[in-house]
Amino acid sequence: MTDPVFGPAPQQATDDLELVQLLTPEGERVDHPVFGREFSADQVRGFYRDMTLVRRLDIEATALQRHGELGLWPQSLGQEGAQIGAGRALSPQDFGFPTYREHGIAWCRGVDPVRLLALFRGVDQGGWDPFEHNFGIYSIVIGSHTLHATGYAMGVQRDGAVGTGDATRDTAVVAFFGDGATSQGDVNEAFVFAASYNAPVVFFCQNNQWAISEPSERQSRIPLYRRAQGFGFPGVRVDGNDVLATYAVMQAALQRARDGQGPTLIEAYTYRMGAHTTTDDPTRYRLSDDVEQWKLKDPISRVEAHLRSNGFADDDFFGEVAAEADALGERMRRECHALPDPAPRDIFAMVHAEQTAELAAQQAVFDAHVASFEEVAR
Amino acid sequence: MTGVNEFKLPDVGEGLTEAEIVAWRVKAGDVVAINDVIVEIETAKSIVELPSPYAGEVLALLAAEGQMVEVGTSIIRIGDKAAAPGPGPEVIDTNIPPTGNVTLVGYGPRQRSLKRRARVSTADTAVTPVTPVVEEVAQQSEGGRGGRAGDRLETPSRNPSSARALAKPLVRRLARDLGVDLAALRPTGPKGTITKDDVLAATGAGAPSGERETREPIKGVRKQMASAMVASAFTAPQVTAWTTIDATATVELVAKLKDRPEFKGLKVSPLLVVARACVLALRRMPLVNSTWDEAAQEVVVKHYVNLGIAAATPRGLVVPNIKDAHALSLVELAQELEALTTTAREGRTQPAQLAGGSFTITNIGVFGVDGGTPIINPGESAILCLGAIKTQPWVVDGQVVPRQVMTVTMSFDHRHVDGATGSQFLADVAGFISDPALALITD
Repeated sequence: MTDPVFGPAPQQATDDLELVQLLTPEGERVDHPVFGREFSADQVRGFYRDMTLVRRLDIEATALQRHGELGLWPQSLGQEGAQIGAGRALSPQDFGFPTYREHGIAWCRGVDPVRLLALFRGVDQGGWDPFEHNFGIYSIVIGSHTLHATGYAMGVQRDGAVGTGDATRDTAVVAFFGDGATSQGDVNEAFVFAASYNAPVVFFCQNNQWAISEPSERQSRIPLYRRAQGFGFPGVRVDGNDVLATYAVMQAALQRARDGQGPTLIEAYTYRMGAHTTTDDPTRYRLSDDVEQWKLKDPISRVEAHLRSNGFADDDFFGEVAAEADALGERMRRECHALPDPAPRDIFAMVHAEQTAELAAQQAVFDAHVASFEEVAR
Repeated sequence: MTGVNEFKLPDVGEGLTEAEIVAWRVKAGDVVAINDVIVEIETAKSIVELPSPYAGEVLALLAAEGQMVEVGTSIIRIGDKAAAPGPGPEVIDTNIPPTGNVTLVGYGPRQRSLKRRARVSTADTAVTPVTPVVEEVAQQSEGGRGGRAGDRLETPSRNPSSARALAKPLVRRLARDLGVDLAALRPTGPKGTITKDDVLAATGAGAPSGERETREPIKGVRKQMASAMVASAFTAPQVTAWTTIDATATVELVAKLKDRPEFKGLKVSPLLVVARACVLALRRMPLVNSTWDEAAQEVVVKHYVNLGIAAATPRGLVVPNIKDAHALSLVELAQELEALTTTAREGRTQPAQLAGGSFTITNIGVFGVDGGTPIINPGESAILCLGAIKTQPWVVDGQVVPRQVMTVTMSFDHRHVDGATGSQFLADVAGFISDPALALITD
């Protein structure tokens, strides 16, 4: 469509012509003029292990929700390539602000999967200490944390932890969000601030094609990564089901941020193979045809194909990872059942670092209220 | 895992209270591993497969297919047979038929109510509180259920050995959609399976043989329809008017439109012409396209038409509407109609498509019926009902000639739409059907 006055319309949101890819769905290594790089067999095996364990984590948690052990679970099925590729590119001092589907990132940041369960079981307000892992708690409000990430990045800037050339000091901050979040005001504000202050932040958007039931092409007339251009910083689209390409692109964007060259938007083009959450039924709004197409692009099978065809891994390796996954699943079930319920008054300890007089008074009133009930064995 | 475990129906969708057992994937005697899919359930939100939280032998299925089960109710018993509870008021043990298949029907204890804690009384009742609650728990968890038959919701009584009839999934689906109880059918297929014909024969023959009564739960679409109809019928004083007209010109127009390239691949029917006629007539008579706002004491006249089309679907009546039908061309209207009916028939109609209607058409003519007294869709002010188009004698210029004749009926809310307005509107619609060319001179 070309407008007689304003010229051609931009590319469609779903065109994937400019996708950065280093590993094809068939498991063949390809090069890229900008992001091409080498990976050791060890590194690729590591990616395979991470992705397989995270997939198991996700499947086990989904089952636990169906067992009635979790209130809700947002599935990451199909997005392992994007998450492990991005998560493994982070340095220890980098800081991530996740949305609620980033189980693979949490995994890379050393958050025990059982802590994720604690959040969705409703027995913990957050699940983990963000400063222990340099990884924020899951943000349920869509896109709000992109502002937190940008603000944190501006703080990093003011701490002088950018562009010093010290690889252990220079820090990048990452906001992890989905395609639906890009329609939120918060995300656009974060883009504006990040650009204005040249903040050391990477916007890592997993375009999994669906904002619950809304397809991404309805939300954007242009490919999402191109939005960055309008805000004045670079954007790139990477094959999110290609863990190698995602790692390479993320690595480059993080380094750019650490060096003080400002923000980057990465659109990891992937697909949500599962439901939005365990409460959702995707068969009501999408065709199984699409799902079948995306199955062929699975992030894990392509790495397995690559490992096998190049003799980088044998049956023993795959067997070990499978056994490790089984053990993880078993441990998650066991430890999920054993998660203690919180005491109602615990919430008062989580509001401020130091208790205020007002809060202490509220706590006293609350304690008296709780004490007015009979104790009944659970 | 040793011992015997009962799996209680979980809330799989954030605040659901019940679900329907759609299909069991296991039967008593099967051995399951943790996370094997054991059952498919349908909630108000979705169809979901439940994986088993326990490993072991399936000792009993505690709910029947098609049964609505409350969250928290035990639906399956899994474990070692040896460790199963001994005799007592356990219905399961006494009902197990020789085949090993069993269907125990009944709601378990309502766990939710047990969680409520008593307030400490300021009076001297410190002795009373906990005990009754605890006793109730004990009684119910020790198989008190068996003795509480009066509390049970029975599904149709049936021969236990035929409780799980043999039928292919497609046939099961058909039976479910048509409301046919598979267990009540006599199988004629190979190896005692029930065929599609058996199911269809059962619908034709009326009630399944051998049953004097069957009980069907009121739920889902049917439940929604019931409450909508009751709300409408007992809130709005509804008046019904009708007129019988010569629809030959519309029938001819439909035939012509079908040959137009613009309508290639689209379903063109008299309903399309009537839908267009209603949109035009509503423009002239906007009061018919309004909502009675009781709370605000206002009549909300809408300057758009969200045209509802009553659709009979396998799961019951739904009335999705075409948004902003007033702004659509005839071709667009045809496209929307087709999309709407296809979606409804596939059971994929979204809540948003059901909400916000401003006027409804119901086409009972497809059943060969001439007319009826339709009930207004709540929130709207009128509903138009199309009868069957039949060749009948008609007087034209003093001569009796065969013409395509139909009756259009309309019910309207007489709180604010009076007889003059309603009749005028109906006459307008009838006018367009008798002479679609009138649309050309309507502005």
